[in-house]
Amino acid sequence: MSTKMVKFVISRQDNPETAPYLEEFEIPHRPNMNVISALMEIRRNPVNAKGEATTPVTWEMGCLEEVCGACSMVINGKPRQSCTALVDQLEQPIRLEPMKTFPVVRDLAIDRSRMFDALKRVKAWIPIDGTYDLGPGPRMPETKRQWAYELSKCMTCGVCLEACPNVNTNSDFIGPAPLSQVRLFNAHPTGEMNKEERLNAIMDDGGLAECGNSQNCVQSCPKGIPLTTSIAALNRDTSFQAFKNFFGSDR
Amino acid sequence: MAGSRDFFNRRIHSLLGVIPIGIFLVQHLVVNHFATRDAEAFNKAAHFMESLPFRIFLETFVIYLPILFHAVYGLYITFQAKNNVTRYGYFRNMMFLVQRITGVITLVFIAWHVWETRVQAAFGQEVNFDMMADILSSPFMVAFYLVGVLSAVFHFANGLWSFFVSWGLTVSPRSQKISTYVTMGVFVALAIVSVRTIFAFI
Repeated sequence: MSTKMVKFVISRQDNPETAPYLEEFEIPHRPNMNVISALMEIRRNPVNAKGEATTPVTWEMGCLEEVCGACSMVINGKPRQSCTALVDQLEQPIRLEPMKTFPVVRDLAIDRSRMFDALKRVKAWIPIDGTYDLGPGPRMPETKRQWAYELSKCMTCGVCLEACPNVNTNSDFIGPAPLSQVRLFNAHPTGEMNKEERLNAIMDDGGLAECGNSQNCVQSCPKGIPLTTSIAALNRDTSFQAFKNFFGSDR
Repeated sequence: MAGSRDFFNRRIHSLLGVIPIGIFLVQHLVVNHFATRDAEAFNKAAHFMESLPFRIFLETFVIYLPILFHAVYGLYITFQAKNNVTRYGYFRNMMFLVQRITGVITLVFIAWHVWETRVQAAFGQEVNFDMMADILSSPFMVAFYLVGVLSAVFHFANGLWSFFVSWGLTVSPRSQKISTYVTMGVFVALAIVSVRTIFAFI
């Protein structure tokens, strides 16, 4: 019985310092398989298309339901999560590359530390700790909560940074994802109390001003987060903040 | 304004592109449009602009210094980007690339245009209808002027779109879409004005 085969061309890299190279694989087709189950098949039997034994391909994964962001890679030219990339919906050979905007650790595994550093830089949290019980915070209107929920879907996957022409080695732009988080936390009734700190953080070098409005981020975001709306809204907020900083304000 | 140097420079870059450079561009194209009436009307208008009081100060602070800053910082922005329209062929991403290309073309054009007219005037040449008619007697220069002026006009119109975003005037997707139509309308209108003027000298 002849089984249908699926062709893969995978960009491989042995360690962060060595040059990447391409390796082809052919694996038996199974119904409903996704890119991750294909990679698991290669791991089970690491033999390339020429029949030579090779090392298993390294990649990262977590939730397998497109909410953790760990398995992001460039699939047929577009950055996306490999867990929701169904093999039957992809043109063959399926080309897998790491998101090279980030440092490549090995094969398809990348280091997204810069995104987590950026979240720390913009203070993407709500400080609620005190030396005594501060009591309940202000209530959030339900309609606003529903709106904010969309922004909270960000999984720090890095697809928007990969798609952005201004996130690269020539620039220190933190990218769209952490900016949108500033909008999320500034919209929260308790988070709003530290609004100015976050706005000043994104007015620093590598922040909001580095956006060039190519709007690739909003086209690429797997969660459909209105990233460019967030950026424009923050442009408005920082316009006011800049004047307040310069001229002073009676609040 | 506080914030970092990048933030300040980027905002100033955006502002200067519209005020005063954009306003000057529109004024310049409108005054030149007198050429479509006749040579005398053009010369009268050019002479009026030429004999404005405090001309050298107006030129320096409304034209030279803003354009110099906008050009230098614009080149810095341009070469920072790693364009990727082949992979992401979305409309706005293409406009992003075209904005950078037209910016560089406009800079080359303006450098040549200032040399050929304003610098020559400083050397004693008279700026009038005949000077332009002479320059545009070569078909190569007609093509050069068409490309240069249309680049400048596009760069201004699309720059107006990003000015509205950068200062937070257009936030929602719908407002940005409407602003795209309006600014492209500005491009078409100014393109008609400038092409008519160029052909008036031929």
